[in-house]
Amino acid sequence: MFTDFFYLLRQKGVPVTVTEWVSFMEALHGGYFQSNLNHLYYIGRAFLVKSEAYYDMFDLAFQEYFGGIKTEPLELERVMDWLENPLNRLPKLSPEEMAEFQKKLEEFRKEHDMDELMRQFRERLKEQKERHDGGGKWIGTGGVSPFGAYGYHPGGIRVGGESWMQSAAKVAGERRFRNYRNDLILDVRQTKMALKKLRELKREGAQEELDIPETVDKTAKEGGEIELVFNRSRENTVRLILLMDTGGSMLPYTELCERLFSAASQMEHFKEFRYYFFHNCIYQDVYEDIGNYKRVPTEKLFSQFHKGYKVVLVGDARMAYSELFDINGCIDYFYTNDRPAIEWLIRIKEHFPHSVWLNPTHSNFWGHYTVDTVGKIFPMFELTIDGLKDAIKTLTSKAKPAMVA
Amino acid sequence: MAQSGQGYKGSDDYIASKPLMEIVNVTIALGKPLVIKGEPGTGKTLLAHSISRALNKKLFIWNVKSTTKARDGLYVYDTIQRLNDARFKDKDISDIRQYIKLGKLGQAFMADEKVVLLIDEIDKADVEFPNDLLNELDEMSFHIPELDEEVTAKHRPVVIITSNSEKELPDAFLRRCIFHYIEFPDEEMMERIVKVHYPDIEMKLVREAIKRFYWIRGVDGLRKKPSTSELLDWIKALALGGVNVEKISAEIPFLGTLLKNELDTGRFVRLSSAQGGGIFKRR
Repeated sequence: MFTDFFYLLRQKGVPVTVTEWVSFMEALHGGYFQSNLNHLYYIGRAFLVKSEAYYDMFDLAFQEYFGGIKTEPLELERVMDWLENPLNRLPKLSPEEMAEFQKKLEEFRKEHDMDELMRQFRERLKEQKERHDGGGKWIGTGGVSPFGAYGYHPGGIRVGGESWMQSAAKVAGERRFRNYRNDLILDVRQTKMALKKLRELKREGAQEELDIPETVDKTAKEGGEIELVFNRSRENTVRLILLMDTGGSMLPYTELCERLFSAASQMEHFKEFRYYFFHNCIYQDVYEDIGNYKRVPTEKLFSQFHKGYKVVLVGDARMAYSELFDINGCIDYFYTNDRPAIEWLIRIKEHFPHSVWLNPTHSNFWGHYTVDTVGKIFPMFELTIDGLKDAIKTLTSKAKPAMVA
Repeated sequence: MAQSGQGYKGSDDYIASKPLMEIVNVTIALGKPLVIKGEPGTGKTLLAHSISRALNKKLFIWNVKSTTKARDGLYVYDTIQRLNDARFKDKDISDIRQYIKLGKLGQAFMADEKVVLLIDEIDKADVEFPNDLLNELDEMSFHIPELDEEVTAKHRPVVIITSNSEKELPDAFLRRCIFHYIEFPDEEMMERIVKVHYPDIEMKLVREAIKRFYWIRGVDGLRKKPSTSELLDWIKALALGGVNVEKISAEIPFLGTLLKNELDTGRFVRLSSAQGGGIFKRR
């Protein structure tokens, strides 16, 4: 039953496993489902989707499968456009009318089957050429045809719009969980997620444990007088250095970086957390403050911190060719550098094998020569939940040497 | 529904959305653990309390902390006590059973009737924690090597697990559970929730307050959006303070009950005065 829905879900990127599918099937056959698409939607989602990050993909799959419409984005978007802002809002129903309505709804369900409805819907979608309000056949708003938004046809299919009667089977069309997708750039709600991801860096035993051999030993030595020996719990040994770009092109991402920064600095379980700032690229100095006044020689990073430190660089890596490759290429007028920035970057990678670069810009915009070059030195990831996850994976796995010699 | 009639329908003091109710009922029928996620203040923890009350079943609460280990929920073998007792002749220490104390999960398994077990904030514990419970929750049984005994649930308890998504739960764990994400309630739902908590407060005030509340939540870039519990506090403050309804729309009294972060308050005040809004009292 619906096996192709399983494959559709996977195709849409929902990581459904056979175990989950089997228990879903068990529930289906166990008769726990009402023959109601709404029910199937919610219960199905509870069985098959285990993170709100995939709710949107589930919605898409559900819509495609049960909606019977191939989701060609253009076509659907157009339908949504038509259906937005109905010309006339409908009045509230009295309880009697409501009851009457429910009755009609039941009747409708009895005489029409959902597949048939979907098929008709698809056909009309094809036929229809323009926005439609009122009337009895076309998809539109405020009408009595079974298709459209804000409509009063019992059991009709709703296309977008808010739910009035909660009877429309196509809740999926709303895609309310679009914002929970993993691949969007981090937003306010997800700051905590960033925190969580950084937390994966650590592995520690949290409890004080009784050291049994030691206790037995001591107790024996004391002639049976019990002497308890406890082991210190293992601590998190992750030491992190954050290097952040404060250059002009980073301005749009200030808030984003701020969030990452506050998340990281609030993480109390790092053994050590250091942060420095730089402007566009790293030369012989980094800075302790955002305003770039308090200089710290980059050299000092190498002498002060051993190679076990994990380094996260945050920046768009987009700069003038000369800023990366030339002596005295730094953008600041009063600043001279006798070694090109690229040499510093390679030194950082060589000294700190566990280092990654987080880029707040979308990877589509990485096709830039300095971004490419930096990306060859440091593994580069988007500053998104998924990117951060991958970055952390890279940080915790065995380090690879820099690609550029 | 196979067991309609006695299914979970929410309780007097808890409003559950229809999908949630249905999911809870399927969960109970199948005996699978239910993982509940959602914003703070969406009533994740209260759900278990509500189920326990509505179905008249005993509730076991296992509050998970950062130091909690999976084994704590099953049983604790108090070796130190036994070792200590061994020093004196007056106690018989040969019976290990007296040093085995069942944890919440163990107690729920041993109960003589079907009970509700709440594993609260499972994400607080170590990342490995949920994996250590896989088999126990799947089979609803565990083994005590010290006694060489198997503890098997007499009645599969209704297991509700809440998570604040501080840590992501392992896939293997989630695969065995049913999952539901509680959305932040919409205005209509919120009105019902407020009514449950304060049945006596004037509806007009509540409505106006809720309207303002959602408006504040809609303000971009707040560090901490006010949640249900903040709204309830605020409405209570408004009612006790005798603030009249017109005043709520003109200004926002007791803003401090809604926004707990100085930066948010600042941002909010700036934004609303920029939009030509009224004067806000910063308390």
